[in-house]
Amino acid sequence: MIINSRFFNRSELIGFIALAALLFVILPLSLDVFRLNLVAKYLTYAFVAIGLVLCWGYGGILSLGQGVFFGLGGYCMAMFLKLEASSVENTKIQSTPGIPDFMDWNQITALPFFWQPFHSLTLTILLIILVPGLFALIIGTAMFKRRVGGTYFAIITQAVAAILTILIVGQQGYTGGINGMTDLRTLKGWDIRPDHAKVILYFFEVFLLFGCILLAQFIRLTKLGRILVAMREQEDRVRFSGYSVANFKIFAFCMAAVFAAIGGAMFALNVGFMSPSFVGIVPSIEMVIYTAVGGRMSIFGAVWGAMLVNFAKTSLSESFPQLWLFGLGALFIAVVLAFPNGLSGLWADYVQPRIDRLLASRKSKMSNGADSSVAAGAPAE
Amino acid sequence: MLIGHQPKEFLLAVEALTVSFDGFKAVNNLSFYVEENEIRVIIGPNGAGKTTVLDLICGKTKATSGSIQFRGKELTKLKENEIVQTGVGRKFQTPSVFEDLTVFENLEISFPRGRTVFGSLTFQRDAAVKARVEEVAEMIFLKDRLHTYADQLSHGQKQWLEIGMLLIQDPDLLMLDEPVAGMSVSERAKTAELLNRIIKDRSVLVIEHDMKFVEDIAHKVTVLHQGQILSEGTMEKVKNDPKVIEVYLGH
Amino acid sequence: MFGDYSIGDLGSIFVMQGFAGLILFSVYVLMALGLAIIFGQMGVINMAHGEFMILGAYVTWLTSNAFQEYLPSLFPGYFFLAMVLAFLASGALGMLVEWGLIRHLYKRPLDTLLATWGLSLILQQAYRSIFGAREVGVELPQWMLGSLKVTDTIEVPINGVFVMCLTVLITVVVAYVLYLSRWGRQVRAVVQNRIMAGAVGINTEKVDRYTFGLGCGIAGVAGSAFTMIGSTGPTSGQLYIVDTFLVVVFGGAASLLGTIASAFSISQTQSTLEFFMSGSMAKVLTLLAVVGILMLRPQGLFALKVRK
Repeated sequence: MIINSRFFNRSELIGFIALAALLFVILPLSLDVFRLNLVAKYLTYAFVAIGLVLCWGYGGILSLGQGVFFGLGGYCMAMFLKLEASSVENTKIQSTPGIPDFMDWNQITALPFFWQPFHSLTLTILLIILVPGLFALIIGTAMFKRRVGGTYFAIITQAVAAILTILIVGQQGYTGGINGMTDLRTLKGWDIRPDHAKVILYFFEVFLLFGCILLAQFIRLTKLGRILVAMREQEDRVRFSGYSVANFKIFAFCMAAVFAAIGGAMFALNVGFMSPSFVGIVPSIEMVIYTAVGGRMSIFGAVWGAMLVNFAKTSLSESFPQLWLFGLGALFIAVVLAFPNGLSGLWADYVQPRIDRLLASRKSKMSNGADSSVAAGAPAE
Repeated sequence: MLIGHQPKEFLLAVEALTVSFDGFKAVNNLSFYVEENEIRVIIGPNGAGKTTVLDLICGKTKATSGSIQFRGKELTKLKENEIVQTGVGRKFQTPSVFEDLTVFENLEISFPRGRTVFGSLTFQRDAAVKARVEEVAEMIFLKDRLHTYADQLSHGQKQWLEIGMLLIQDPDLLMLDEPVAGMSVSERAKTAELLNRIIKDRSVLVIEHDMKFVEDIAHKVTVLHQGQILSEGTMEKVKNDPKVIEVYLGH
Repeated sequence: MFGDYSIGDLGSIFVMQGFAGLILFSVYVLMALGLAIIFGQMGVINMAHGEFMILGAYVTWLTSNAFQEYLPSLFPGYFFLAMVLAFLASGALGMLVEWGLIRHLYKRPLDTLLATWGLSLILQQAYRSIFGAREVGVELPQWMLGSLKVTDTIEVPINGVFVMCLTVLITVVVAYVLYLSRWGRQVRAVVQNRIMAGAVGINTEKVDRYTFGLGCGIAGVAGSAFTMIGSTGPTSGQLYIVDTFLVVVFGGAASLLGTIASAFSISQTQSTLEFFMSGSMAKVLTLLAVVGILMLRPQGLFALKVRK
């Protein structure tokens, strides 16, 4: 893919370079491994937020169940890692060696059938994409083909998030229950816990993130991206222009689900565990606020939103746990009432014009000065 | 139609069409036929079911019973986008254009190519698309506003843009719901000129209240009253029908 | 599975299980009534509805403490005053929220959802700061303790019967207000055609504010009744919000009768299933069934076919 001025306009190019510099150079050089790993954790939510930009910002479909897809992706990855950590040798003290510890605690004596594919890394990677993708396809088809959207869709997705959480917590013999899947150790024999592994995983994640950013930007720039915008405004006009509106909504919802699932899988790898507390209603709606804070129409904004809100959460809830919920609540209200376009909107409204004016005035100064002093040496372009 | 008589090929054949909303029959056992290249105007008092008839043909409302045949295809069984693909275009009463997109992008979306999800991902803005968009933009008086966002347009310009979006679809049957409503006098004249140009080579179904406008363009007029046909024929015939005068033209 | 029980025992178990379902039904109806007004009539999604309910519960708790402290002789009747206070407190807060927040967002329903979620977080933390993180329970007056012996094997708790009677009473009042009073007609007029309603002289802003206030006030009363059968914590409201929304949507948002029918079927399904399996699986199956039916019939149980 060639990044030329058509693929990114000027301010997007600046945003892209700034983000790349921050994530690839500045943060790895300035942070210790512990903090870098925290950033890696924040960035797992950036995947979800980018998906929401396409689905909610562009398509107008608010999903309050992104935690479901984040969780499905995360659990797929965690199941693979858990199986590898539960080798016969590692678990010989159990009454049934070779199965995950929580199964043994729950008197399960054989690996359930749906765990079998997770012996293979290739299958696991496929399932990380396919399980959430197909699940989104089913929900999306059922809902959008019947013209259910807006608030109804939001409530249904929220209910799905609630159901999946109760199911995971209730079926602890198969899922690890409320504690989730802990004690994940190696990936194909490579230990994911030491510092150097964390640094490598961080860079791997950032590469994937930029892959997703480019893919999202590509989709945004195709006619499909414009149809999503058109649909959000005048659904009937799109329909009477010959498009199946439902199919486009299903596509956007499935893309968002797959992005969220990749984020979830990265979470399991980078953080080293997965639990139902990242699946339910509360995390799902928090994922929406990352997108809203960054700017629901901005792909880069989504990444910034995910990082900043999570950074604020970590710092505030460490020192002032009470303030955090007040702050988060106020953030929800403020971003809706006062800054509906989030940080990227603020940037476009206040910062960008100043930069432009500054550049313009410098340029005009230079071109004025070019006649009198050749020493300035600046091209009069 | 007599047995043995060769039935004439109608473009659109609406037969025994009925729709009821909670028992209220908005359209009641309605039948009418539109020929190729015919311009048919539907008039009638408010609540006669005019817009509902267009809604039924384009699939926005599902019929309770009856049939709508378009080029031999049964439309009542198709979805809206499939009906569009068979060649039926619909303009709404209030201008519905995409305000967050430019005039160019509005027209481009209506260009009949790449209408599937995959097709729209791989859609290329090639020379054919550009040429067609510019051609239509010229017809709808918006050639110099191609890169203006549609929310910057006046009410009349939005109406033209929507007509342009239909033109680019190149439908065989064009349905217009009050195309000159809410327009200024000069815009109205321009629209009449535009409509006269675009109704060549296709059939048109128009709802309109402006009688002068109706007289100018109509080949045939259908008068609806309470979901049923009150009178049908040339403007001259309809105008002199005592029933029509009583319920509609009289006041 | 039923081998250990006699027919008579089984009958009693089903009756008592059905009664447990009726209490759950009452809670759902009480919570859903307020929501049905706000969501069904105004189309506003109020994610903080549970917190308005909890406010009512805390007001009841405070009233009960105040009576114990200062008016022990009147304690048996404190609940009736508490209910009125709960209604007023939640209703007043609701009107304040409508004025400060909701009225700016009538055209953006999805944003309302996010903003009210933010409000719910703030209220939860406020409750935690003021009343502490621990759950509180009210002292029930003597006459509400114990149970009624219907037959030798069937006993029903008095507080449960009381909550049920209360539910019936509140439902009747709400139905009257909405369908028969002049004010209810204004609410429905505004819902159907805001511009026309304004044109015929209805103060639509005032109607909006009072409608929202009424919905929240009823949530407060629900919270008050809730203290009779359970304890209250800062996050208790959040536990019920999704269930309640499902009840309202499942019933067909604009229909009061639908809300009641849907609350009944959901609560009975869940409590019956709880007899056969773990509580969490019963809940999963019930919610799955509701979501599944909603996917097949998105308009809910009771809905009219209208021209859009």
